[in-house]
Amino acid sequence: MDLSWYLALSAVLFSIGVLGVLLRRNAIIVFLSIELMLNAVNLSLVGFAQGFGDVHGQILVFFVMSVAAAEAAVGLAIVIAMFRNTMTLNIDEINLFRG
Amino acid sequence: MLETFLFFVFAVFSVVGALGMLISKSPIAAALWMVQVMLAIACLYLTLNAAFIGVVQVLVYAGAIMVLFLFVIMLLNLEEMPRLGSFDFRKVVAGVLGVAVLAQLLTLVVVNVVGLPEVPDTEEAVAATDVPALGVAILTDHAFTLQIVGVLLLAATIGAVVLAKKRFA
Repeated sequence: MDLSWYLALSAVLFSIGVLGVLLRRNAIIVFLSIELMLNAVNLSLVGFAQGFGDVHGQILVFFVMSVAAAEAAVGLAIVIAMFRNTMTLNIDEINLFRG
Repeated sequence: MLETFLFFVFAVFSVVGALGMLISKSPIAAALWMVQVMLAIACLYLTLNAAFIGVVQVLVYAGAIMVLFLFVIMLLNLEEMPRLGSFDFRKVVAGVLGVAVLAQLLTLVVVNVVGLPEVPDTEEAVAATDVPALGVAILTDHAFTLQIVGVLLLAATIGAVVLAKKRFA
């Protein structure tokens, strides 16, 4: 199996994540798209690690997953706090930093 | 041959799930499409002989993170959601940007396709990156990083509780 197929799949998934962030206006969908981009990058990292026979690529993916879990917990807590204050999840209506 | 077949099956599963997430109307449906993507990627890790990462993907992403997402979506009780509706100028720009990112990444892959290695499936190549080798490397070379990640997870837990408290800002 050639490694380039895995990289191409990773590129497609990453682009769908980018499109999700740019097109959708719901904070939860945007967050899910970010998780999709993280997964796409993980896939290419594992592909490279296995292709070159180096175990350290898998270790990097392991630590990326730990940080992604922490990021998801804090991000969803921020989403809850935002929803309490504004009663909306539309990111066009959330403008906390606009004076 | 079997690896190639399985790769394309799970690649189709993951791309269909991602597109379903992109165009779905309700957030719960989007999260469930995302579970499908996570499981397909876990199976792709298995076709790469990365069993540990595949199992961790199922446990952490499909298990923990997506359950957290579903829990928050149900907690917030969202009814209305703007669908990927009519086309306006901003959406056209967003679509062009997304396609541009895809074109750049695919160009990189195609240009460098000659230098890329095959995924090895010989006995010793698999043994060099199997679970015991991974465990030894994590617990010896990267033991300090492992401790830092533990502290990070503790800080994230405390931060999430503080942020989600009722009296916060």
